Amino acid sequence: MADDGTQHPLRIYWIMWISLFVLSSFSYGTDFMDDGALRTFLILLFMMLKAGRIVLIFMHMGWERLALKLAILGPPVAILVLIGLMSLESNYVEGSRIDNYGESTMEVETPGHH
Amino acid sequence: MSEAVLDSGAEKAPGGQGLVDDWSRDKQVFGVPWGKAMMWIFLLSDTFIFSCFLVGYMSVRIATTDPWPNPSEVFALQAFGHDVPLLLIAIMTFILITSSGTMALAVNMGYRRNRKLTFWLMVATAVLGASFVGMQAFEWSKLIAEGVRPWENPFGAAQFGSSFFMITGFHGMHVSAGVIYLLVIAFRVKRGFYENRPGGYEIVEITGLYWHFVDLVWVFIFALFYLW
Repeated sequence: MADDGTQHPLRIYWIMWISLFVLSSFSYGTDFMDDGALRTFLILLFMMLKAGRIVLIFMHMGWERLALKLAILGPPVAILVLIGLMSLESNYVEGSRIDNYGESTMEVETPGHH
Repeated sequence: MSEAVLDSGAEKAPGGQGLVDDWSRDKQVFGVPWGKAMMWIFLLSDTFIFSCFLVGYMSVRIATTDPWPNPSEVFALQAFGHDVPLLLIAIMTFILITSSGTMALAVNMGYRRNRKLTFWLMVATAVLGASFVGMQAFEWSKLIAEGVRPWENPFGAAQFGSSFFMITGFHGMHVSAGVIYLLVIAFRVKRGFYENRPGGYEIVEITGLYWHFVDLVWVFIFALFYLW
């Protein structure tokens, strides 16, 4: 366990902490943007930057051997296939709902605060 | 698990050759303590559970023809006379990040065998985690008071409520379990339970893995449920 990254200078944690704070502020900032491709891209970008930092630095994955890295980080890639298939499927379901039942006639309230 | 077993043999090759060596040499594959390997494998399975929830949320959100409630408005809080979107959620996010920071410091202090600081940093992490759960409880009661239910809500598609309660509820349960886990280990550290045990303070790192994972899941929930 000697040289595998159990002993870092504390500085790396402060840098991580600050960078996660800054990235979270940026994430939060996207809420004030107009909807669109740019906003979606930024939401996903900041999400992945934060997630990568947490896994590689806080969870020490960056210092582990390739065997462990691949065994743990490899399988979740399969989720991308699930996301792809399910979005195809759900788009089809939405289309057939509109075809058979028509557009939604739901009346909605604007969220109010008491 | 002694260090001798893990480090037996010659110098370990890095990269691709190391990958082949690790899997093919009739020895333990992962050069980490068994507790750490098991925690990683548990977290991998947990990753799939949360992914299924989030993919399910994506599916119902795409498939519904009803308008999806705007989370920015639903989760707004009044502060300084204005509606600030996602105010509480943003505070919860910063609290969880801070708790990840104190946890990482606790791991570091554990390996330096500084029991007192390790204990207090773990307690600080647990307190931050508990305050996160408290704010979540506040958020839930506020939404329930406004009429949001798993089967209907006044702001739009019914699936909004089911996804919200399921995903944040399951995450909140993980945070609560983590708080208990942290406190158990923290008090063991305090009374010197790990002083003479093989492996020593790697338990703090294993606990930390779980805690960082909870923070990691929140990053995805925050982006995909609250912001998207």
